[in-house]
Amino acid sequence: MHEKKVTWGRALIEIAILVALFTLVQYFITTGLLNRYYQINLTVMCINIILAVSLNIINGFTGQLSLGHAGFMAIGAYASVIMTTMLDQPFIIGILAACVIAALAGFIIGVPTLRLKGDYLAIATLAFGEIIRVVLQNIDYVGGPAGIVGIPKLTTWPLLFGATIITIVVIVNIINSSYGRAIISVREDEIAAELMGVNTTKYKVLGFVVGALFAGLAGAMYAHYFYIIKPETFNFLKSFDILVIVVLGGLGSTTGAVIAAVFITLLNAFLQKYAAVRMILYALTLIIVMIYRPQGLMGNKELSRKTFSRIWSGKNGPVRNK
Amino acid sequence: MALLEINNLNKSFGGLSAVLNFNFKIENNELVGLIGPNGAGKTTVFNLITGVYKPDEGNIVFVGQNITSLPPYDICSRGIARTFQNIRLFKDISVLDNVKIAFHKNVNYPLLSAVLRTGSFFRGETEIEEKAMEYLRIFNLDSKKDEIASSLPYGEQRRLEIARALATMPTLLILDEPAAGMNPNETNDLMELIQWIRKEFNLGILLIEHDMSLVMGVCERIYVLDYGQVIAEGLPEEIRNNKKVIEAYLGEEVE
Repeated sequence: MHEKKVTWGRALIEIAILVALFTLVQYFITTGLLNRYYQINLTVMCINIILAVSLNIINGFTGQLSLGHAGFMAIGAYASVIMTTMLDQPFIIGILAACVIAALAGFIIGVPTLRLKGDYLAIATLAFGEIIRVVLQNIDYVGGPAGIVGIPKLTTWPLLFGATIITIVVIVNIINSSYGRAIISVREDEIAAELMGVNTTKYKVLGFVVGALFAGLAGAMYAHYFYIIKPETFNFLKSFDILVIVVLGGLGSTTGAVIAAVFITLLNAFLQKYAAVRMILYALTLIIVMIYRPQGLMGNKELSRKTFSRIWSGKNGPVRNK
Repeated sequence: MALLEINNLNKSFGGLSAVLNFNFKIENNELVGLIGPNGAGKTTVFNLITGVYKPDEGNIVFVGQNITSLPPYDICSRGIARTFQNIRLFKDISVLDNVKIAFHKNVNYPLLSAVLRTGSFFRGETEIEEKAMEYLRIFNLDSKKDEIASSLPYGEQRRLEIARALATMPTLLILDEPAAGMNPNETNDLMELIQWIRKEFNLGILLIEHDMSLVMGVCERIYVLDYGQVIAEGLPEEIRNNKKVIEAYLGEEVE
C-alpha cells in the first residue's frame, strides 16, 4: 500500500505539470500571443501525437507492420462529421462514434489480416486504407470525391489537449500492464509467447483495435478543426507520414513517438518558408537521422520517472523499456 | 492414469516422414529422456506435443484429456511448458518481464482496470511481481532482474528459460537440449537442478539431450528415436547395451 501512496504523490506532480502546460497555452491563445498560424501548427502537432502514439502500439509494441492508419483516421473523421453535421448530434457523440466505429473497423480488418506476417500484412493494410478512400469517394451521401465542406469548428484547445493526454495515458497504462507485456511478447517471439500461454492472435487484434480507436479520435479532431474533409486527405501518403514519425521516434517508444511528432510538425512548419526545396530538406533530414540513429531517436527506451531518477543518481544501467 | 500418453503419432513434411507411429507414455513425476541421432525427429515430437505442429494422425492425451491439435497457448494453460533447443527468450525486455509474461494466462485484473489504474491492478501487479521474483531467486537470477534478457551469459539464458517455463506452473516440463553449449561443470549443476525441480515442483519431466552422461545420469526411462521411429525403450542400462541403439549412433560393425 505504501508503494501506491508514492505513486499517487508522483501522479499529482505530473498532473500539476500538465495543468500548468495546458493553462500556459490557453493563456497564450486568449491573449492572442499565439496567432492563428501557430494555433494551426499546435493542432496538427497534437493530432500527429495521437496518430503516432496509436500507430506505435501496432507497429512498435505488437510488432505488426500496418500501413493503413490513415484509413482508420478517415473512418473516424467521416463518422464524427456524419454525427455532428448530418444527424445534429453534439460533438462528444461524434467523437465517441468516431472511436467506436474505427475500433470496430480495426477489429473487422484485424481478424483476417493479422494471420499474415511482415510484408504481407503491410500490403494487406495498405490495401485496406486505399479501399476506405475509394469507397468514400463513391458515396454521394458524404460528398464523393469533393468530401464534406463547412464542418463546424468544434475542436478546441481544451478538447484537443484532453484527447492527446488521454491517448497517451491509456496506451502507456495498457503497455505497462500484464496485457501490455502479452502484446510485447508477440513482438519479441510469437512462438515462445504462444507456448507461454499467450493467445497471440487475441493480443495482435487488441493492439490493432486500440490503435484504430485512437486513429479514429485523431480523425474526429482533425475534421472539426479544418472545416473540410475529403477522401484524398487520407490516402496512403498520410499513412506513410505517420509511419515516418513512429520509425523516427523509435519503434516501441511512446516517448519517442511524441518527440518525433513534435519534431516533424515543427520541421514541416519551418520548411513552409522554403517551398521549393521543402520536400528535399525534409527527406534529407530523415535520411540523416536514420543514418545516425537507425533505431530511431529514442530506440525502444522511454523517458520516465525512473530515467530521471537514474540520471539524478548518476547511474545509467542497461535498463531498457520503462 | 498416465500424465501424457501418445498413440500412433504420425507427421510428415512433404514426402518425408518425420515421426512415424510414435507411441509414448510418461507417468506423473517421472523423468523420461528422448534421445536419437541428429534429424531423428525429437524436436518434431516436442513441437507436436506442444501444438506448434498439427499431427497428421494419432492422438495426444494429457491427464485424460485429448489435446491433439489444440492451439499452443491452450496446451500451455493445461499444464505443459517447454524450453527450446535454440533459446527463445523475449530478448529485448528485462529478465523480470520475461518471467512475468508466463503469469499472464492467470492475470486476475481486467484490461479496464489496467487502463484506469484501479486497486485491483496494483494488487495484481504486486502479486505477479512477487511470484516472478520467487522464480528468479530459485534460479539465482534475482540480482539480474532488470537486465535485458539477451545480455545474460549463455548459461543464465538457459536457466531463465527454464524459470520462465516453470512460472507457467506446468505438470509436465519439456526440456529441449537443456545442456547444449554447457561445459561439464554447468552440465553437472543442471543435472542436480533438474532433479531438484522434479522433486520440488512435483512434475513430470521429458527431456531431449545429446549429452549422454546427463541422460544416463538423471533419466529413469529412455526412448530412442531414429528416422522418426522408436527403436528402443527402457531403463538407461538397457539402452546403453542395446545393439540397435549403438548401430544408430555409431553405425554397423564391419565384419
